[in-house]
Amino acid sequence: MDIHEYQAKQILASFGVSIPRGGIVYSPETAENKAREIGGLKWVVKAQIHSGARGKAGGIIVCKSPLEVAQATDKLLGKKLVTNQTGPGGKIVNRIYIEEATDIDKELYLGLVFDRSSESIMVVASTEGGMSVEEISKEKPETIIRSKIEVAVGIQSFQARELAFGLGIDPELITRASDTIIGCAKAFSELDATMVEVNPLVISKQKQILALDCKMSFDNNAMFRRNKVSELRDKTQEDDKEVYASDRGLNYVSLDGNIGNIINGAGLAMASMDMIKLAGGEPANFLDVGGGATPEKIVKAFKLITMDEKVRVILVNIFAGINRCDWVAEGIVQALEKIEIKVPLVIRLAGTNVEKGNKILRDSKIKYIEANTLEDAANKAVKALSK
Amino acid sequence: MAVIIEKKTKIIIQGFTGKMGTFHADEMIKYGSNVVGGVTPGKGGQKHLDRPVFNTVKDAVKHTGATASILFVPPAFAADSAMEAADAGIKTCVAIVDGIPSHDMIRIKRYMRRYSKEYKMTLVGPNCAGIISPGKSMLGIMPGHIYKEGRVGIISRSGTLGYEAAQQMKNLNIGVSTSVGIGGDPINGSSFRDIIEKFETDDETDAILMIGEIGGPQEVAAAEFVKANMKKPVIGYIAGLTAPKGRVMGHAGAIVSAYGESAIEKVEILKECGVVISKNPSVMGDTVKSVLEKI
Repeated sequence: MDIHEYQAKQILASFGVSIPRGGIVYSPETAENKAREIGGLKWVVKAQIHSGARGKAGGIIVCKSPLEVAQATDKLLGKKLVTNQTGPGGKIVNRIYIEEATDIDKELYLGLVFDRSSESIMVVASTEGGMSVEEISKEKPETIIRSKIEVAVGIQSFQARELAFGLGIDPELITRASDTIIGCAKAFSELDATMVEVNPLVISKQKQILALDCKMSFDNNAMFRRNKVSELRDKTQEDDKEVYASDRGLNYVSLDGNIGNIINGAGLAMASMDMIKLAGGEPANFLDVGGGATPEKIVKAFKLITMDEKVRVILVNIFAGINRCDWVAEGIVQALEKIEIKVPLVIRLAGTNVEKGNKILRDSKIKYIEANTLEDAANKAVKALSK
Repeated sequence: MAVIIEKKTKIIIQGFTGKMGTFHADEMIKYGSNVVGGVTPGKGGQKHLDRPVFNTVKDAVKHTGATASILFVPPAFAADSAMEAADAGIKTCVAIVDGIPSHDMIRIKRYMRRYSKEYKMTLVGPNCAGIISPGKSMLGIMPGHIYKEGRVGIISRSGTLGYEAAQQMKNLNIGVSTSVGIGGDPINGSSFRDIIEKFETDDETDAILMIGEIGGPQEVAAAEFVKANMKKPVIGYIAGLTAPKGRVMGHAGAIVSAYGESAIEKVEILKECGVVISKNPSVMGDTVKSVLEKI
């Protein structure tokens, strides 16, 4: 789960990280007042969307008067911002964060992620803040320094100090910098985060160390014990169909093709998408109804797929294990009594009681194309496109 | 003997009396697995499926001599249960459960480091189908009948894609020595490399099919091990050719975030390491067959 920049900043501030003064607004009217309240002579108006690279997309505007702040807020609110991370549809701006402008002396990079090789939390830092970590590792890999956090005891002061000295920070600021790194690490560990990124972490001309832009992501599997964090979810930043799916226990990812598919198991779903591609088609989605493929999940899956206007063919591929094919077939028949399908439907069943399952489908009123193997299913789905 | 489990391996069920635990314990017993009891805190002393229930894993091990366990406890309690098994001297623990927080998985693995290699538990999963040695024992939730007895080892992240492979092989009259589901989470108990190493020394296995997917470094680490150390042929398939970068594809671990984690990159590296690639998921069985014919 992702959260907004201002939410991440508030979290990090509660762990002792310094942030510029700022406030959130939802209308141009309140923006002007908020700017006065924050004070200063220069403000930055920042569109809050779940994406980086907002600056290049026009989502960050520097203003020199409270009136300009109101105008910038008016310009951004309700707009869909398209960045290189949002996809062509962009993301809607419903919240604006207004912040006092910072006199930047140095921009640094600080990130924390799970490192799957060492199975620990890895701190990554660089003197080249402002660029993405991918760009840094491509263009200035020599500036990257890393430190592994031992999860049993958490980050140690010496590790934070080593990182701070490694970034070339002035001795007088080392304690502040170490506290910032420790704060981020604590937030990561204590809130079940999967990513904390402060980019840039800046040293101001007034010798402050400030988190100027922040991103945080959290482990969905841990949200049961993180009520405060899970309340920060903003569904307006997610794909409608993906929200519908996740609220109903389905694993769904919206894609650009036109062959909708319903599959049990994530691996089999990816494999089926690969077969569609090899057969010359493009999948419209990834959809895993779970290994069990219960009738309830299948009904929900058909509802979801029929919501997608791009879909020209639907491919169902279920490998039934302990949930037998006859039971799965009955679920499909029940689902299609409730939902009308206007596009060709290809169904491939495999596994336990496959003959019984196919017989139930053949004897029903469903119009569909029967397939036997993965390859057969993909080929028939692509062929059905031209009908 | 088979890798990891044998016919006689004594198995306990953690979360024995729950709905999932009951259903799958029954399936395992029907398959012929030696289920000797189970654990549900607070229900010790009762009988369930004609087998004793214990309050703690230590009690269960003491009274039954169990060396393997399978977890059917909710994600919030799974880490605790796995550590309890490790501490009670269980040798093999399979975690079926989907949804264990990654921070908990790191904690489990850190905790297990306190045991010397000799006493250290093999944890398989979470978010996996478990282990089966066809005709001997099933420590998992797979449909046992799709696996023919034979001499090919299977390691798969995905449950249903592993079933697909076993079925394709059965249709070609090829059997399986042991199939291990290592699960779809970013941090798991056993990696491809951990299991492939066991298969290399297993005298009942002639070749290994490794079914991977996008995300993480484990397929590549296994391939490097194959290149450096293995004599037995390894066949590989990587799912997720069409998966977009940066998106989680169902499995929490199936996300491309670094170089070498996409399907195309993994396939290239596997090939360089001498792994025979199944060019699509429909020919996993055929690819295994062609490799076996050359042995």
